[in-house]
Amino acid sequence: MSEVLNKTVARNIYYGGSLFFLLLFLGLTFHTNANFPERDNRGAITEQVAQGKRLWEENNCIGCHTLLGEGAYFAPELGNVYKRFGNSTEAVKAFIKSRPAQGIPNRRSMPQFNFSDDELEALAQFLKYVSEIKTANWPPNIQG
Amino acid sequence: MQYQSQSVAKPYFIAAIGLFIGQILFGLVMGLQYVLGDFLFPTIPFNVARMVHTNLLIVWLLFGFMGAAYYLIPEEAERELESPMLAKLMFWIFLVAGSLTVLGYLLLPYAGLAKITGNALFPTMGREFLEQPTITKVGIVVVALAFLYNIGLTILKGRKTVVNIVLITGLIGLALMFLFSFYNPDNVVKDKFYWWWVVHLWVEGVWELILGSILAYVLIKTTGVDREVIEKWLYIIIAMTLITGIIGTGHHYYWIGTPDYWQWFGSVFSALEPIPFFIMVVFAFSVVNKRRREHPNKAAVLWALGTGVMAFLGAGVWGFLHTLAPVNYYTHGTQITAAHGHMSFYGAYVMIVLTIISYAMPLLRGRAAANSNKAQVVEMWGFWLMTVSMVFLTLFLTAAGILQIYLQRASDTPLPFIVVQEKIELFYWLREAVGVVFFIGLMVYVWSFFVKDEEGKSA
Repeated sequence: MSEVLNKTVARNIYYGGSLFFLLLFLGLTFHTNANFPERDNRGAITEQVAQGKRLWEENNCIGCHTLLGEGAYFAPELGNVYKRFGNSTEAVKAFIKSRPAQGIPNRRSMPQFNFSDDELEALAQFLKYVSEIKTANWPPNIQG
Repeated sequence: MQYQSQSVAKPYFIAAIGLFIGQILFGLVMGLQYVLGDFLFPTIPFNVARMVHTNLLIVWLLFGFMGAAYYLIPEEAERELESPMLAKLMFWIFLVAGSLTVLGYLLLPYAGLAKITGNALFPTMGREFLEQPTITKVGIVVVALAFLYNIGLTILKGRKTVVNIVLITGLIGLALMFLFSFYNPDNVVKDKFYWWWVVHLWVEGVWELILGSILAYVLIKTTGVDREVIEKWLYIIIAMTLITGIIGTGHHYYWIGTPDYWQWFGSVFSALEPIPFFIMVVFAFSVVNKRRREHPNKAAVLWALGTGVMAFLGAGVWGFLHTLAPVNYYTHGTQITAAHGHMSFYGAYVMIVLTIISYAMPLLRGRAAANSNKAQVVEMWGFWLMTVSMVFLTLFLTAAGILQIYLQRASDTPLPFIVVQEKIELFYWLREAVGVVFFIGLMVYVWSFFVKDEEGKSA
């Protein structure tokens, strides 16, 4: 490295560059937050959907599944599961309810969580809400 | 060892290696569950094994970072640590809290753990990598504050070098960004947006400051190259890290309900993220080439060079592979992500912690400068076994990912997820096989600490 780029110059690039891009990032964050209402389907967030999100979290669903592509890759994407199951909350509930407690020999299987009917409805409504978030047309097809 | 209080680093390093072993064991369990779906079901379902695998990784890296700071900061600041007592106390608090949390994952259903830790009062659980009960998160903050107080005062009252200032900047950033783990809105888009402020701004932001400063310290010590030269490199590396990495967060904002312009910001800036890693490789090799002395600890130098190369491959190359928005449209949330995750964490953060352990541990155990040659040879076998098996693990997951994308997303007749998983099983078997080799490499590495030298003394 030449003498032009001495330690002081390098230090100034570090402080100046970091500060500039930090401020740009905060500006973009502000703008993004202002734009959320157009995309995030917030109108659908009811008490029941909030309860569904809590159940989603407290049973660590993300430990096997992805949701909008984020999570674990052991089990199917669930951001669009409501649509994949024919826009049916009943089908989603029936699937969760019917998991065998002892699993399926040699195959991956979802645990049996013994949810009440209210809880199943909340989870299904939560997944319906997520499926209607505007995600720039991701995933590429219905298989997630 | 120049300062008595540096010795508090030792238990931190030992705990880090112990938890590392646990992490890999659970990795092997998960790898087997990928091919034998009912393995250990329902006793240890996949999600539990994964939580243990990822949380142990985070905790042992934090032990490693703290150990590194306790070791190098007194030397850099040229004074004893402010309070060795506090450092010892925090070690036990962190170890007990971490162990209890992992036991909670293993012995209780996760919903039960949420219940007894009062998640309903302040829900923060159940998000990837942030699965810890809220009370554990509070514990992490307490330990972090006590730690920052301890090293912060040491630096304030002592000599300020670029190495210790950059290190503490990174560590303060780490603690600060972790606070976003307490923000958990019902709105999934908002939740995900700020979740990345912990995850991305850690591993592609402030952690790189920690990585850079530890690497700089070890290279100063082992090569004898002028500090001024190394500090200039360090500034350039971390400048490029933050200039590219902060806006680079945008590569996580393509498909989660965020505005489309993030596809441009994210693609352009994250495409530049390999630059600091590339500079790191050039830095490490050129400094070692210009070395003014032959340090007897050859293993530590090997780890330092390995960190540069593997971080560049894992974070830089494998990150770039799927970071452009049109590519990421297909790769998002597939085994490609898993491939990148494994090599980048190993190359950047596992290897830097093993670098500082390799350098510091012989000194902490009272050796003059390095372990016996015999012990170093064993340690280097551990290095190569782990590193080469991680390269293959990444390649197998990449192959699995490409097939998965084709069969599930790109072909004219897309197949369901679970059908595709069965079709690509071969690559999961190969992954598990090299995973076993990685574990053998880790055992060899651990063994190197117990190798007796020619006079029969333990290494």
